[in-house]
Amino acid sequence: MTYIIGFLIVIFLVLTIMVISKMQNVLKGVNSTSEGADKPQGNSWNAAMFIIFLILGTVGFIWSYMSAENSFLPEASSIHGRRTDDLFWFSMGILTIAFFVVNFLIFYFAWKYQYKSGNKATFYPENHKLEIIWTIVPAVVMALLVFTGWRAWSDITSDAPKDAEVFEIMGKQFGWYVRYPGVDNKQLGNYNYKLIDNQNEMGIDLSDENAFDDFISVSELHVPVNKPVLLKIRARDVLHSVFIPHMRVKMDAVPGMPTKFWFVPDKTTAQMRADLSNPNFDYEIACTEVCGRGHFAMRLRLIVEDEASYQKWCAEQKTFLETYPDYLAKVPDNLKAKAMKYVPAPETASPDSTMAQVTGAAVGTSASLR
Amino acid sequence: MSVVETGIDAVVHEEDHVHHDEQNFWRKYIFSEDHKVIAKQYLITGIFWAVLGIAMSAVFRLQLGFPNADISWLKPFLGQWIDEAGKLDPNFYLALVTMHGTIMVFFVLTAGLSGTFSNFLIPLQIGARDMASGFLNMLSYWFFFVASIVMFSSLFLQMGPAAGGWVVYPPLSALPQAHPGSGMGMTLWLISMSLFIVSQLLGGINYITTVINLRTRGMTFSRLPLTIWAFLITAILGLISFPVLLSAALLLIFDRHFGTSFYLSEIYIGGEALPNVGGSPILFQHLFWFLGHPEVYIVLLPALGITSEIIATNSRKPIFGYRAMIASMLGIAFLAFIVWAHHMFVTGMNPFLGSVFMFLTLIIAVPSAVKAFNYITTLWKGNIVFTPAMLFSIGLVSFFVSGGLTGIILGNSALDIQLHDTYFVVAHFHIVMGAASAFGLFAGVYHWFPKMFGRMMNNTMGQVHFWLTFIGIYLVFFPMHYIGIAGFPRRYYQFTSYDFSKSFTDLNMFVTVAAVFTFFAQFIFLWNFFYSIFKGKKAPQNPWRSNTLEWTAPINPGHGNWPGEIPAVYRWSYDYSKPGAPEDFIPQNVPYSQTPESNLPHENEQIAMEAEIEAQNFNDQFKNAH
Repeated sequence: MTYIIGFLIVIFLVLTIMVISKMQNVLKGVNSTSEGADKPQGNSWNAAMFIIFLILGTVGFIWSYMSAENSFLPEASSIHGRRTDDLFWFSMGILTIAFFVVNFLIFYFAWKYQYKSGNKATFYPENHKLEIIWTIVPAVVMALLVFTGWRAWSDITSDAPKDAEVFEIMGKQFGWYVRYPGVDNKQLGNYNYKLIDNQNEMGIDLSDENAFDDFISVSELHVPVNKPVLLKIRARDVLHSVFIPHMRVKMDAVPGMPTKFWFVPDKTTAQMRADLSNPNFDYEIACTEVCGRGHFAMRLRLIVEDEASYQKWCAEQKTFLETYPDYLAKVPDNLKAKAMKYVPAPETASPDSTMAQVTGAAVGTSASLR
Repeated sequence: MSVVETGIDAVVHEEDHVHHDEQNFWRKYIFSEDHKVIAKQYLITGIFWAVLGIAMSAVFRLQLGFPNADISWLKPFLGQWIDEAGKLDPNFYLALVTMHGTIMVFFVLTAGLSGTFSNFLIPLQIGARDMASGFLNMLSYWFFFVASIVMFSSLFLQMGPAAGGWVVYPPLSALPQAHPGSGMGMTLWLISMSLFIVSQLLGGINYITTVINLRTRGMTFSRLPLTIWAFLITAILGLISFPVLLSAALLLIFDRHFGTSFYLSEIYIGGEALPNVGGSPILFQHLFWFLGHPEVYIVLLPALGITSEIIATNSRKPIFGYRAMIASMLGIAFLAFIVWAHHMFVTGMNPFLGSVFMFLTLIIAVPSAVKAFNYITTLWKGNIVFTPAMLFSIGLVSFFVSGGLTGIILGNSALDIQLHDTYFVVAHFHIVMGAASAFGLFAGVYHWFPKMFGRMMNNTMGQVHFWLTFIGIYLVFFPMHYIGIAGFPRRYYQFTSYDFSKSFTDLNMFVTVAAVFTFFAQFIFLWNFFYSIFKGKKAPQNPWRSNTLEWTAPINPGHGNWPGEIPAVYRWSYDYSKPGAPEDFIPQNVPYSQTPESNLPHENEQIAMEAEIEAQNFNDQFKNAH
């Protein structure tokens, strides 16, 4: 990296010095005599600059690319990610050729057809055949790129497989909340933004029995490897966007309009650590829709692990009701029994009685609310 | 003064004519209805905004390139926005990014470019005394001026100016509790933009009317210079799309102040759940980009028109494929209206819609490619004179191609998933739209400066300015592609919060150094510009040996542009290096009957039409200067 910087700075300085020295020459009138009286002022050195720019630019392009490549993201860790990467580099390859050819022609023609006294330009106003060719060729190339891109896009945005693991991720200023559907049933419970408060940050609706075993995490998202993962995405205040660079995943989080994205991660965090020989590697989730002061620091770790350790981790998590048993009050009476299962299990006699009190109080509250 | 009733009046009229400059100072230079003065007003205002807008980018580039640097030395300018430790405030960083975008897109490249050159060139190149309505034209500038004042004053607010990005997506921009910049700063932004849109509409109506109604004798559409075609199409684009932005802004004002829910739904912020339900933030994005995308072409097409004219003149060749150039501009303009949602592939809109917009977007590459190839063929076998204007035009073509190519990547919705809102996008649009249009502006100023001020700019300084800027811009924006491929998101205050964005610290440093360098290179231009207004070499009648009509007007055209009769037009404006002709250019006002040696067979037939052209005299507008 230091090389590229050094190299580019050198190019920059060389060009600057050349330009400035040329300016001085011209200002002193040295060139005006050597170039002949009818030659437009400064024409030769400007023409030469195009060729110099072409050569140094090409060298700079190749050099800078080779040095920058080391800092690109590693190979995508998701199936669709590798597909879009291939498509990206394939398109880039075609475009780089076009980039070089066209820029070469611009600079080369500029130099080659610079003013020469006595020369007359060629009166050449049109050539329909030529114009048709260069309308059709880009059109065909575009059609090819559109078609491959469209196929990939349709597959990526198709409905998630039925067996996908579902997670809910919600953006807020400035962080993420992740909700897991829980170990008992694989369903996320309903939510309602009006139920949000200091503890129930995601507005979980406890009148829905599917919500009882849901649990929440604010620092990391655990997903199993080699299984389709469906992210249900929402935001509770302003726009955010879920970006998982290593998975090539991005989808906006919109208040009032849930979005989704599904993908198959096929490399665990541990595997990546080994592959990159970086024991501290972590997949990360970032925000890419400007959302205010803390936009640049909404980091959430993504942990991809094998099925067994994923299940183990899930089993260790406390359900929302377990963390905040007070919310039992919000559970309708007919589901109370079911909800009790997820409230902290009685360990000794005395917590048991506390539990009973809590429950009693909760029932009382809900009754008084009616 | 169209009808002269009495002999006395006629004498007065003559007197008027002779003592032309006796309008008072205010009417002549401030509240002027003369299109040339209004053009200069737009230009000077645009230059003011450009300096401010680019300076802002230099400040936030400092933050990105040198995140740990102590920038207390900027305290005299930024005051409270730099904290005790000498660090830039993160809220103000967002404000800078927002204001840089707003200023450069709207105030510099829309008003400064289109406002200057549409006003200046339309009457002079089509052969008209002035715009269709001088008063509306004046009103257009003054609406812009008031919009500028409002926007400028928002910079001095305690809470800072608008800060939600130049796209001002709600709910962030709608909720003052979400960000300090969404308070008074956003209110002023919306007021300013509404005034700005009114200004653009008044200007646009005038441009269209003038081009359609006030062309001189013989100036058929197929003889219009490509500049005028570009300005006409630009004005139509603006006229159709700006009202949509106005309604987007008005609905946002309603949401902010009158409790409506156009863009707001299910929001919990600041410890309370808002009552709004049923709105959609995505609606705003659709409305915004319905202008926002044509806007790209509103800034780019005038630059391409200017370039067409300058490349033909300085290659001493006719523009290649005149009709194809017009057709591709029309094609681009039409497609510009139906591609807006390619800015929204990952907003959660229906994936089928994404497919449609990807398809339409990539079609734009075809007319764009035709334009690029036509420019290159115009250079081919030319006899090229590297005036500063020509250099900037060649630079523009290079930017147009380099930046346009990455658009093919971003227009592909599958690839946009990863690249959306990363530095790849920043690199793409800064090259293809920002730098290319800015180069169009520079090219235009260098080329028409002699007509504007009757003096020449310094040639060598212009050439040096070109090279420093051209190299500088590539050095700033080319490396950003790498940063974007590595996944760095836009609008980040710093990159230290994530492991994946820990690399490229030195490349970011390099970009900053290049940006500051390029910024300082612009002072060469500023000095050259302002010095030459007063002290430049006196301009000759036709300094670039050009064909268009403006060079037949006096070196310092007065009110009414041509003192006597307006010249009639007999040919297109690209008869450069015609075989058989003694000179390498034949101005548009030279009839075919005078150039038998160089006429093509079908042109000899047109000699018969000349009497007919000369006989036209609608409303007597061609004969008298008033």
